[in-house]
Amino acid sequence: MEAIGIGVWGVPLAVFAGAIRVSTPFIFVSLGEAITERSGRINLGLEGTLVFGAMTAYAVAVVTLSPWLGVLAAMAVGACFGIIHGFICKFPKVNDIAIGIAMMQFGLGLAFFLGKPFIQPAAPRLPAIAFGAWSDLPQIQAALNINVLFLVGAALALVFWWASRNTRVGLILRVVGDSSDAARAMGLNPDTVRLFATAAGGALAAIGGAYLSLYYPGSWNEGISSGQGLMAVALVIFARWNPIGCSLAALLFGGAGALGPALQSVGVTKGYYLFYAAPYVLTLVIMIATSSPTRSLAGAPGALSITK
Amino acid sequence: MTVEANSHTLPRLDGRVGSLRPSLEWLARRAEPLAITLFAILIGLALFSIFIALIGKSPIQLFELIYAGGFGTWFSVQNSLSRAAPLLLTALCVALPARLGLVVIGAEGAVVLGGLAAAAIALPLVGSAPPLLVWLIMALAAMLVGAVWIGLSGFLRHYRGVNETIASLLLAYIAIALLNHLIEGPLRDPASLNKPSTAPLPPDYMLGSIPGMDVHWGLVIGVIACTLSWVLIEATSFGFAARIAGGNVRAAQIQGLPVGRLIVGFTALAGAFGGLAGMIEVAAVQGSANASLAAGYGYTGILVAFLARHNPLAIIPVAVLLGGLDASGGLIQRRMGLPDATMLVLQGTLFVVILFCETFYGRCKIFNPDLWKRSA
Repeated sequence: MEAIGIGVWGVPLAVFAGAIRVSTPFIFVSLGEAITERSGRINLGLEGTLVFGAMTAYAVAVVTLSPWLGVLAAMAVGACFGIIHGFICKFPKVNDIAIGIAMMQFGLGLAFFLGKPFIQPAAPRLPAIAFGAWSDLPQIQAALNINVLFLVGAALALVFWWASRNTRVGLILRVVGDSSDAARAMGLNPDTVRLFATAAGGALAAIGGAYLSLYYPGSWNEGISSGQGLMAVALVIFARWNPIGCSLAALLFGGAGALGPALQSVGVTKGYYLFYAAPYVLTLVIMIATSSPTRSLAGAPGALSITK
Repeated sequence: MTVEANSHTLPRLDGRVGSLRPSLEWLARRAEPLAITLFAILIGLALFSIFIALIGKSPIQLFELIYAGGFGTWFSVQNSLSRAAPLLLTALCVALPARLGLVVIGAEGAVVLGGLAAAAIALPLVGSAPPLLVWLIMALAAMLVGAVWIGLSGFLRHYRGVNETIASLLLAYIAIALLNHLIEGPLRDPASLNKPSTAPLPPDYMLGSIPGMDVHWGLVIGVIACTLSWVLIEATSFGFAARIAGGNVRAAQIQGLPVGRLIVGFTALAGAFGGLAGMIEVAAVQGSANASLAAGYGYTGILVAFLARHNPLAIIPVAVLLGGLDASGGLIQRRMGLPDATMLVLQGTLFVVILFCETFYGRCKIFNPDLWKRSA
């Protein structure tokens, strides 16, 4: 109904606004997963971390009335989840993919358990910056009302991209991810580096969760995530472990996710649930298009189990 | 731990020294998975007890309630068995590909689409065909759809190099979206107001209970499926080839084994079992296809399969155990005021600990007869 003023232009505008809104958690989770995978380990449990982060952020924001404290708390518990994953995977014969699935179920269960009392109360929301104040059209104002975490995520992507090439930490991360033996020869302990990388990945994924509960949709319930944590893993492969690629891919996913609601807002209601499936179909198509049975993927960390 | 690969340097004497020794060695090797799994369950329960104690509830009361709600009375045993029935099939959906080294976690998708296909194909037949024939057609349709859905993950894995774990899960999300689309739209029974569903099956087309019990036939079907799968893996050349391919793909390819066909075949069979679970949910429990099909049986099945170490026969007791945990959830909620997610926490804890304990395999001397001789 709102889109009547600017006609069909409301659809691309709504998709743009939706892409930014929906992509923010993807950016954080995929950056976290990219760091973890760069170190040669895969963490499929980020879905659990994301939901637990969402619960923690919401609960802390309800109690302290500060959404930013909520984000910090979520980062702390996310790092803890990452440390548990990294610690367990250190042992021989432990499968990091299976541990990820188990950590996902554990994180979801614990989040639903501890989050039960916080379904009702309302938490303060994270702020947004009104870039659209110059316009008279409410649609443009709404579309350009960009949340702070999106800007933080985009900035982080740039920083990570630069740091992975130009800093000592970035080099260490890539060496460990490409060859454990080479890392040992350099005097690095691959397990320790991977522990830190997984912890950082968990903390970032939890920020994605905090965004879900504190900005959009901005409430805590058991259906808060629709698989963002898992799609992010596929997205990282598509983005070739490149942080900037991750944010662009996240935007693409966000756009796909926003297509259904945008069409609905101009009166196209048929097949709403099919549009809901668009991000999943897109992920799958992208995975099929970018994978190959014979050669390993360009840019893939050598020690990563998922691409073998 | 310090002894490595002793078996290569010492000649193996199995079968030649007396008759007692080999059977002891056989027992020791067989006891390892059981002992480590039981150890892991104990550790998991201990951690869970600490958690429950920390939030100020009594773990002892909790375990008493789990026993009472899951296995204490004939009524609760029947309840547990009913809940175990779909888990038998969804666990097979994870365990069969796992024997080939694939981690497929999208059983939920096969359940959902299997149930949907069964409900959709039954509706035009109801009234004109006898129930037995309708059930057969429903089961075939469900298994076919499930086989295509999970088989697709295997196909993409082998022929396109797509990671099967993520692909199967994405397919599960797509399946749930398809279910929602069809039961809200084209297949919706106008009479279903609050909960969109397909038109219900008439009562005489519902799969009844096993005589003498209040448990539906799904349990029998599940047990048969597990037994057949065990025979397939342990006693046929197809299963043997799959085990080789699961152990070492390169070796299997050099041997000329059809790895691609094995992967597609096993994932398709796994999906067929998942689809069958959906058909049973529709024909024995729900009576129609609706959102309750995505009740998480596919996800609990992952835990069952890993607990059973992907052994189809071991799936049977593990599924009953987890069915019991599930059945006692309501009692714990009412008596102790704990949220329904308590059982999810317990399952997650067990899952993590079980996988962690994989690291103990081959480390305990008592289970490794090759190390006995050294100390003797």
